[in-house]
Amino acid sequence: MTIKQLLSRINWKGQPKYLHPAYTSTLKRAPQQPLIPLPHTLSELTGPVYGTSDIGPLDHDLTRNAVRNGQPIGERIIVTGRVLDDSGSTVPNALLEVWQANACGRYIHKVDQHDAPLDPNFTGAGRVLTNAKGEYRFITIKPGAYPWRNHLNAWRPQHIHFSVFGANIMSRLVTQMYFPGDPLLALDPIYNSIDDEAARQRLISSYAHDVTQPEWALGYRFDIVLCGSKMTVFE
Amino acid sequence: MLTQTPSQTVGPFFYDALIALGKPFVPTLVRDGAQGQRILIVGTVLDGDGVPVPDAMIEIWQADTNGYHNHPADPNYAKADPNFSGLGRCDTVNEGCFEFQTVKPGRVEGQAPHVNVRVFSRGMLIHANTRMYFGDEAAANADDAVLSLVPMDRRDTLIATLLPSNGLPTYRFNLVLKGKGETVFFTP
Ligand SMILES: [Fe+2]
Repeated sequence: MTIKQLLSRINWKGQPKYLHPAYTSTLKRAPQQPLIPLPHTLSELTGPVYGTSDIGPLDHDLTRNAVRNGQPIGERIIVTGRVLDDSGSTVPNALLEVWQANACGRYIHKVDQHDAPLDPNFTGAGRVLTNAKGEYRFITIKPGAYPWRNHLNAWRPQHIHFSVFGANIMSRLVTQMYFPGDPLLALDPIYNSIDDEAARQRLISSYAHDVTQPEWALGYRFDIVLCGSKMTVFE
Repeated sequence: MLTQTPSQTVGPFFYDALIALGKPFVPTLVRDGAQGQRILIVGTVLDGDGVPVPDAMIEIWQADTNGYHNHPADPNYAKADPNFSGLGRCDTVNEGCFEFQTVKPGRVEGQAPHVNVRVFSRGMLIHANTRMYFGDEAAANADDAVLSLVPMDRRDTLIATLLPSNGLPTYRFNLVLKGKGETVFFTP
C-alpha cells in the first residue's frame, strides 16, 4: 500500500459549462471536445507562492490607490471575507486580484465604450493577500451596473471581478462577486450560466452590518471556496 | 465538502488590473542568474472561426530547469532555482499573440518536460487547462503518462514546434479554443 497526495477536483454540478448559448460570446470560444481528466502530478500539486512583498501598501484600497486630485465618486464600501478550500480549511497567503467598473458603470479600459463618465481618481484595480486566518479585506466604491451588447437592453448586475491564487495551481479561480437584492441578477446570462442554485448564491455577497463602519462605509462579506484541497489516498 | 465558488468569465476589461499592474504577473519567468536553457514560447489564441482572440489572458506554470518547483509540496523545494518564478502571465492584445520568456523545464516525476497552460477570456465562463510539450523531445513524449491519455490523433495539438531562430530557441504553441484542430483540454 502506498500513500498518495491528491487534490479535490472541480465539482461540475456547481460550475458553468463552457457553452452557454444565452451568453453569445461562448458560441465561438467554448471547447467542444470532451475534457481529459488530468492526473495530479507535482506539476498540479504545486503553484506560485505569494507574500506581502508582492503587494503594495495601497493595493487593497481602491479609494486611494489611484487618487489624482480628490476622492473617487460613489458609495464607499468595505469588502471582506475568507478564502477556504472545499474541505473547510482556511487558505492563508491567497493572492486576490480585483477589478471593477466605477460608480457610473464605466471601466477605465480603453475598449469600454459605455457613454458614462470616467472617474479621474479611480482605476478600479486592486490586490490583497489573505492573512494567517484566510481573511482578506479591501476598500472600494460600489460599482455601477453597465450595459453590454449581448442582447437587447442587456445590463450586467453590479459586480466585482476576482482572480484568486490558492494553495496550488489546481485551485486557480476567476469569478465575480455580486450584491444582494440586485434585480438584474435574474436577467444576467453570465450569473445564470450556473444551473445549481446553491452554487450560484455563493457569488452573492451579503450585507454585513458588523463590517460597516459608522459615518464611513458599508460592509459586505464574500467568502470564497476553492477546489484543490489536499486529500490523502491509500493505494 | 463545502460548495465551491463557481467560476465566472474574466470578461473583456481585466487589462488594467491583471496585466498593467505588472509584477509578479509578467510574461518573463527568469531573473538574472536563472539556471538552464532560456527559451521563448510564442503562440496565437484562435476562436472557432480561426480568428485570433485579442482579449485572452494566458498563464503558464512550470518546473525549473532541474524539474523542481518553488513550492513546499515539492520534495526538492529547497533546491528550486530562486531566480525562476515558475508562473508567467501574458495578454493577447497584439492580434491574439502571446510570448513568454522562460527556461526549458526539467522532467518532473519522470514526465516529459512540459508547461501547464491556462486560458482565460471573455466568452469563457471557466478557464481552459492544457499542457504544452516540446517538439524536440520525441522520445520523452512517447513515454509520457499524461500524453498517453490523449487520443493519438489529437496529441499534436499539445506539442510545440521548435522554430528556426538565430536567437533564443523559440517554440510555437497555438491554442485553438474550438473546432478544427481544437487544442486538447484537461479538466481545469
Ligand atoms: Fe465586469
